[in-house]
Amino acid sequence: MPERTHGAVGAGIVNVTVRVSRFHPETDRSSGQQDYLVPAGPGMTVLDALVYIKEHLDGSLAYRSSCRMGICGSCGMFISGLPRLACQTQIRALGPVVTVQSLPNYPVVRDVVPDLEPMVTHHTAVRPFIIRGGEEQEHPTAEYLQTPAELDAYLQFAYCIKCGLCLSACPTLATDPTFTGPQALAQAYRYSADSRDGGGRVRLGAVDVSHGIWRCHLAGACTEACPKGVDPALAIQLLKRLVVADALGIGRRHKPATVAPPDPQAQRRPDIPAAPPPTVATGNGQKNRL
Amino acid sequence: MRESRWWVLSLSAAALMVVLLTLHMGLMHLSGLMKVLGVDPGDVRSFAAVMERGRSLAQMVFYLLFLGAALYHGLYGLRSVLLEVTPPRGQSVLSGLVLAVGLLAFAYGAYVTVRTFTG
Amino acid sequence: MAEAARRVQSGPPKRIGVRGWVYAGRYGLDRYLYILQRASGLGLILYLFIHIYETGIRLRGEAAWSATMALFRTPVFIVFEFVLFAGFVFHALNGLRLIFAEMGWLLGPPTRPVYPYRTSIKRHRPWVYALMVLTGLFVALAAWDIFVLLD
Repeated sequence: MPERTHGAVGAGIVNVTVRVSRFHPETDRSSGQQDYLVPAGPGMTVLDALVYIKEHLDGSLAYRSSCRMGICGSCGMFISGLPRLACQTQIRALGPVVTVQSLPNYPVVRDVVPDLEPMVTHHTAVRPFIIRGGEEQEHPTAEYLQTPAELDAYLQFAYCIKCGLCLSACPTLATDPTFTGPQALAQAYRYSADSRDGGGRVRLGAVDVSHGIWRCHLAGACTEACPKGVDPALAIQLLKRLVVADALGIGRRHKPATVAPPDPQAQRRPDIPAAPPPTVATGNGQKNRL
Repeated sequence: MRESRWWVLSLSAAALMVVLLTLHMGLMHLSGLMKVLGVDPGDVRSFAAVMERGRSLAQMVFYLLFLGAALYHGLYGLRSVLLEVTPPRGQSVLSGLVLAVGLLAFAYGAYVTVRTFTG
Repeated sequence: MAEAARRVQSGPPKRIGVRGWVYAGRYGLDRYLYILQRASGLGLILYLFIHIYETGIRLRGEAAWSATMALFRTPVFIVFEFVLFAGFVFHALNGLRLIFAEMGWLLGPPTRPVYPYRTSIKRHRPWVYALMVLTGLFVALAAWDIFVLLD
């Protein structure tokens, strides 16, 4: 394969220097960097390069990856100045030297593996689940009714893959670890805006603190870093609107979505046999609908 | 739900100040432009002009309101910036300090304004 | 393949710190505006304290006041006055934009994320450009007044 100068498009191998941050918590006090020369073919991602390094150059390199197709959120790293998913970053688009470091604002487990515990803690604190009081949540009988318009109000923010890149990009988190963070706040909005949810006040009260939603100043870096187009900055500003409306007592209070009523006209088709009787006793003693 | 109220108050102060501070800046610093627009305030910064303005009740009320809004908005912003570099235990101390500084500054400014009014 | 790997230097700590406030790097325009809003705000509140003290000089009588005003007519202070006005104009106009954006207006509704994503920040850009044009206009007017008409 002919060698070409860097920047040429098309077939051929280009040698890229991958400068990886190395850190062994048992032995090192601070991280160092190590250069590896990787032959990069067209279409090669940074994750492919790390796999190559581990297989051919240095088996002690540690990194985290899983799906290698941008859906699991495992391979978040700080690559050449921006937090990105390694499997979604073309190595030849970044120049002759590519720096790979662990995501900033997270502790480092080893080399380029971040400890995502800060994100998980903040996420758990906003109660990221549908909160409905009463029997229906404990013993569900049917689905909730939701129109397509109600779905569109929050669906974009449900695509979060919890990769943690937004927390790395946020300027507030650069100095303030108590800030809830764009991921958790976006999920707080995702559930507060969900018409099926009835726990809005509790969740809004949890983020309406000085180190909660009000430490966001719309720098927009989280939205830029997000690899799935979740747009956490938009979610946070919409959440501010909800919080202020709730605190001032203005705005419409929607009742949570109702349960779908049983269809009185529904009948089993005559050629389909009835279900056999249950062999395991169910805890709630609910009968089947049909 | 308390923090949002302080924030909304800061925004309200900001909205008020956009108007008031523009007028104040225009009058005090941009006399040339004001003349072009047909308003000639004269030498606004001479001692006589300052004391005469200060003796009107409307001006006194305006200045007190303006001072309060400006100090509140400015110090709320300063507190926001400093909160991000303060450890959790120090944060209420910080809020108290900022409040104290604000009250002191307002007291001094109000004193000057009222003294000018009463002559 | 020992020649393909060699140790170079020590790296930075994991939390960026205050550098994360002032360095926007490859991030977009909005991050720079965030930095400038902070900087102008801090400058303005600092000036406010000085201003409250300085207007109190009137209580010391006419001589002291006139001396202070004469000081403010020196070139250094005139330039400072202009910088102050520019900072105020930017902070006020950007602040007005932020009041609307932080209440969820001017950002557009949530959309289904279809690659390449057109984020709310991108959709909001026209307002940022309008803000920059207005700021430039007012600062130019102020420069004309302070340096041409009164100088």
